[in-house]
Amino acid sequence: MPSSTANPKASPPQIIIKKTTLDDLIQALQREGYQVIGPVLEQEAIVYRPVTQLKDLALGWIDVQEAGSYRLERDEAQRFFAFTVGPQSWKAYLFPPREEIWKARRENGRILMEEPETPPRLAFLGVRACELAAIHVQDRIFLQGPYVQPRYARRREAVFIIAVQCTRAGNTCFCVSMGTGPHVREGYDLALTELEDTFLVHIGSEKGAALMAEIPHREATQEEVAEATRRVDAAAASMGRTMDTTELPELMRQSLESPHWEEVGKRCLACANCTLVCPTCFCFTLEDVTDLTGQEAVRVRLWDSCFNQEFTYTAGRPIRVSIASRYRQWLTHKLGWWVEQFGVLGCVGCGRCITWCPVGIDLTAEVQTLRHMYGRASSPATVSR
Amino acid sequence: MNHSPVPHPALSMPTQGTFPLFFRVVRRQRETPDTYTLWLEPPAGTPFAFQPGQFNMLYVFGVGEVPISISGPAHDPIPVVHTIRAVGAVTRALVNLKPGDLVGVRGPFGTSWPLEQAQGKDVVIVAGGIGLAPLRPALYHLLHHREAYNQVVLLYGARTPRDLLYRRELERWRGRFDMEVLVTVDRGPREWRGHVGVVTTLFDLAEPFFQPANTVALVCGPEIMMRYTARELLRRGVPEEHIYVSLERNMKCGQGFCGHCQFGPLFICKDGAVFPYPQVAHLMTLREV
Repeated sequence: MPSSTANPKASPPQIIIKKTTLDDLIQALQREGYQVIGPVLEQEAIVYRPVTQLKDLALGWIDVQEAGSYRLERDEAQRFFAFTVGPQSWKAYLFPPREEIWKARRENGRILMEEPETPPRLAFLGVRACELAAIHVQDRIFLQGPYVQPRYARRREAVFIIAVQCTRAGNTCFCVSMGTGPHVREGYDLALTELEDTFLVHIGSEKGAALMAEIPHREATQEEVAEATRRVDAAAASMGRTMDTTELPELMRQSLESPHWEEVGKRCLACANCTLVCPTCFCFTLEDVTDLTGQEAVRVRLWDSCFNQEFTYTAGRPIRVSIASRYRQWLTHKLGWWVEQFGVLGCVGCGRCITWCPVGIDLTAEVQTLRHMYGRASSPATVSR
Repeated sequence: MNHSPVPHPALSMPTQGTFPLFFRVVRRQRETPDTYTLWLEPPAGTPFAFQPGQFNMLYVFGVGEVPISISGPAHDPIPVVHTIRAVGAVTRALVNLKPGDLVGVRGPFGTSWPLEQAQGKDVVIVAGGIGLAPLRPALYHLLHHREAYNQVVLLYGARTPRDLLYRRELERWRGRFDMEVLVTVDRGPREWRGHVGVVTTLFDLAEPFFQPANTVALVCGPEIMMRYTARELLRRGVPEEHIYVSLERNMKCGQGFCGHCQFGPLFICKDGAVFPYPQVAHLMTLREV
């Protein structure tokens, strides 16, 4: 996992590359055997897809996000990373939405098991600070319990991470409240900050340093380093949302029998969008299928959602029947139980669940309402929008 | 909270991963009209051991996989014994298997009954319906190490006399001088001469046989039955932290990943299914949790 710090002698920790040099970086990663995944324009949204060259990237777009709305506009400044996060997250690559986990075949009265192919080595280009935090949340779920998810472990060990520090915040962003961004702190191989005609590159690992050694670069000046910090600070100052995290698990516990869940339940469509766009939501189902001859069987892992009624189907009936109970499960899990389970909150402040909710339910607003109801209102300084 | 955590048994079995190993059905027995017991033999050389209260994920080729508690003796774990009630597609396929058929097994998973902590104490086992299946290994253990425990009391309730599991065994246990067995049904036909009423109505009859302050209670059945049983045990003076319950929820993976079995902060599959009652009491009274 990319955690070790680079030897500063091998390459200076902060260097400058020309924007077009990003193409050299992509080529170098491909030579090393990585499949590079980066932000591209698809169906009027920025999504993460395999890229092979610089011009595959979505250049010159800005996203305008609000509760229940996502729109792209041209970026006059022609920046590579002026948009924030789209509907997809990197979880789609580390923990794919649909994956065969084994195959079995009947042969001469025996059953033979087959493991699926080893997943490809991936390089992620453009991982934001909140997304890096989300990856670390999923690491705790899939790698740090009594059991380990072998396919997640294999993908995670092999991944090369190029982070990007946000220089602009969206209207549904609140990473500052959650303490996850926009500054990228750790867990990356390289981290880019977009400047006028160049990228400032922080080297975060020996793997990252080795790769940069092959790429034309120069040492960054102090002014360039300061300018990069200023730009990321500007993003921090323009967060569209805030959430007071004071004693959130306690607030969730106190709210368990709140009438407010019924009120949210009337608005919520139980469409499961929030859980699908969430970069930390990890629930899945397993499906067992056979071919027509009945000789081959496959087990498939598919993302599932606590908003689906079948999710709690036990001994012949569902347990969470009302939508209110499913929304309560989702929010009290994310902002409460998660801490007991994994030692961190399940929310990183990316704002996707707000943007992609078809009816614009905003968890920061719901938390605020619960705070007012349970007398745990935050100080005025921290609730200002 | 003042409760002793249930220890998580160490992982050492080749069956405790993502891939099922195929065991062969060596025996099948009908228990009630919809419930059957299967005996499963692991492939030659495959070790299998479990602790009373644990469960396996059982897979029928191409049909699906479900969690089923182990109901045989832990001191003699092979063949592995499972009692299965047909309620859905997978359990129906399971009960229709014949000797010679193969079943995929993953497990054992989950926590176990606190049989070490119960040593020297009275042990009251309260079972409702199919809830007797995960408790039977605990009973086998108590009877196998009978001298380590004080009184052993089994209170068992089923819907009708036809729904009583392990009937011959119940009769044999009832004939023993070193345990008390009380059975009730919710409703019985005219020829039923036994007790009628919910399982908590047996407590008045069981009163002489255990000392509440020195009792460990192991409870498994429908959630509402467990709530009322816990209330009755508390009312009679059994310390809250001496009551243990086994809970059930939808499960896909058995390893704390798939999220289906969450019960507040708990994953029933890895933090349970056996819980000290104080750990779950507040959640058991919440609706739709």
